[in-house]
Amino acid sequence: MSQVVGELERFGAPPVEPGPDAIEGRTSWQLAWARLRRDRVAIACMVVIALITLVALLAPVIAHVVGHGPNDQYLDSGLSPEGLPRGPSSQFLFGTDDLGRDVLVRVAYGARISLLAGVVAASVAVFIGVVVGLAAGYFGGTIDSFLARFMDVVLSFPFLLFAIALVSIVGPSLRVAIGIIAFFTWAAVGRVVRGQTLSIKEKEYIEAARSLGASDLRIMFVDIFPNLLAPVLVYVTLLIPAAIVFEATLSFLGLGVVPPTASWGSMLAESLNYYRVAWWFVLLPGIALLITTLSFNLLGDSIRDAFDPRGDRLFRK
Amino acid sequence: MARFLVRRILLGLVVLWVITTLVFVMFFVAPSDVSRLIAGRQATPETVALVKHRLGLDRPVLEQYATYMWNLLHGDVGYSFYNSTSVRSLIWERLPVTLSLAVGAAVLWLVIGVASGVLAATRPRSPADRIVTVTALVFYSMPAFLLGLFFLYFLFFRLHLAGIAFFPGSGYVPLTESPWEWARHLILPWFTIALVTAALYSRLTRGAMLDVLGEDYIRMARAKGLRERRVVYRHGLRSAVSPVITQFGIDLGTLLGGVIIVENIFGLQGLGQLAVQSVQSQDLPVIIGTVVLASAFIVAANIVVDICYALLDPRVRVH
Repeated sequence: MSQVVGELERFGAPPVEPGPDAIEGRTSWQLAWARLRRDRVAIACMVVIALITLVALLAPVIAHVVGHGPNDQYLDSGLSPEGLPRGPSSQFLFGTDDLGRDVLVRVAYGARISLLAGVVAASVAVFIGVVVGLAAGYFGGTIDSFLARFMDVVLSFPFLLFAIALVSIVGPSLRVAIGIIAFFTWAAVGRVVRGQTLSIKEKEYIEAARSLGASDLRIMFVDIFPNLLAPVLVYVTLLIPAAIVFEATLSFLGLGVVPPTASWGSMLAESLNYYRVAWWFVLLPGIALLITTLSFNLLGDSIRDAFDPRGDRLFRK
Repeated sequence: MARFLVRRILLGLVVLWVITTLVFVMFFVAPSDVSRLIAGRQATPETVALVKHRLGLDRPVLEQYATYMWNLLHGDVGYSFYNSTSVRSLIWERLPVTLSLAVGAAVLWLVIGVASGVLAATRPRSPADRIVTVTALVFYSMPAFLLGLFFLYFLFFRLHLAGIAFFPGSGYVPLTESPWEWARHLILPWFTIALVTAALYSRLTRGAMLDVLGEDYIRMARAKGLRERRVVYRHGLRSAVSPVITQFGIDLGTLLGGVIIVENIFGLQGLGQLAVQSVQSQDLPVIIGTVVLASAFIVAANIVVDICYALLDPRVRVH
């Protein structure tokens, strides 16, 4: 057909538009995207996530426009005579914190930490999970039973406690926090990938690839892996909010970012002593955190549904 | 069943050994210098050497490992660097708080999760189902410490201002002293942990129940004229509950995490608070003690979970 169209075009004839009932081949990705585009909640979530990303990227611009740096302390104008945080005003749109810093600017900078931790930790976790899961599922036998056990142990670890132990030795930092998050979440991906690999590797085309002399690595990453992209994509969207919550929790306990860096978790920890006099100090970082995790969870759920409309959705039916 | 038990306990012991060894490697072998940490930032090399000697860190690694394991086996983790009390007594003092918190929260989360899941599954697409779903989504996305803060602000602080002083914001009353006060002081911490984790259980139960309720034997049970309540709970829930139990075994680590967070928010003097404080003050023996104890708890609880699983679902015992 396309050949014919090409021939006609060469002769100056107008290109033939495919008729309304022309049969188009669509990949499962195109189908999923078409379903996702019709899902209003998914679109809303994408918009919210895009806005949060924009705020994170534009944090320095926001700071410049407002005229307050994220770590600038306004001990005169930002604190009441009793030394308490000031409420929302025209100078400080969302009030100040206990050190007279602008809450709005700090929340914008906190978005950078949250998104960075979420995306980096989730990517690392997915990478490790895919490699280990593929190896376990593909090779089977002793390798599989060892790796599967190992994943079970990692999953049932008291992770926060180990984070505490590790931080006590190496000291808190964002990099350590991201490492800890990745280490304790990859196993969840590894399990799913292993399960899928177990069933895919029995398919005939894998046997065909092997009889053509394809190496193990080639079969794993060229023949099997593309079939895992959809569940992996779903997992990435669901791991990002988990990692964001994890980072916020670590920072909340003083095991994540180092002060004065603004993170939503560390801001909420600082607000713990002031929530009685300064509700804005809790509310803005709290709401920002909740909206972010909520949007990612809903979006992940929608993507899962788009790829597998008959499968179980976690939240919407 | 006996063979299953033995194998499961042996595996638990292996896991426990791996964890304790990992802790040893982290604290005593890893490149970071523990004795320098303890001696302080401005310590002279002599002081560091002295500390090293006192802790036995100048001996061969294997010998240190043997002493460490030997002491652990006797439940001895040494003395806190700061208040020179034994770690054992420190832990013992705080155990009741953490235990009350963890057990209460776990019971509550299972009850809320399973009950709301069954409620949603028996009336699919009804308003009740939708409300459960939306609530589950919100709590699923909510970090535990954020819910704790919201509880503190609205149920403790705002209600206090309004003259209703029912929910205390902090403190702990021993169960032996007054069961009512004990529960009243723990109710907000319990719900903080329970609601955040119950969300996933609600979804899991709903999904599993919907699958099970479509099975032939459920139609059979109904055809026999059994009461709906008996069909749902006896025949349906019993087989739908196994994914929930599997997940519960996985989430015990989460439970401990929740305990750490909640104790720090609600000022409960438990093991979680002790662990965080000892990190801040670099109190190594206390950190090691809490980490090892918590891991032992996880391993033991996982064995119990697996036994429950095997009792509920005979197929597990064979594998």
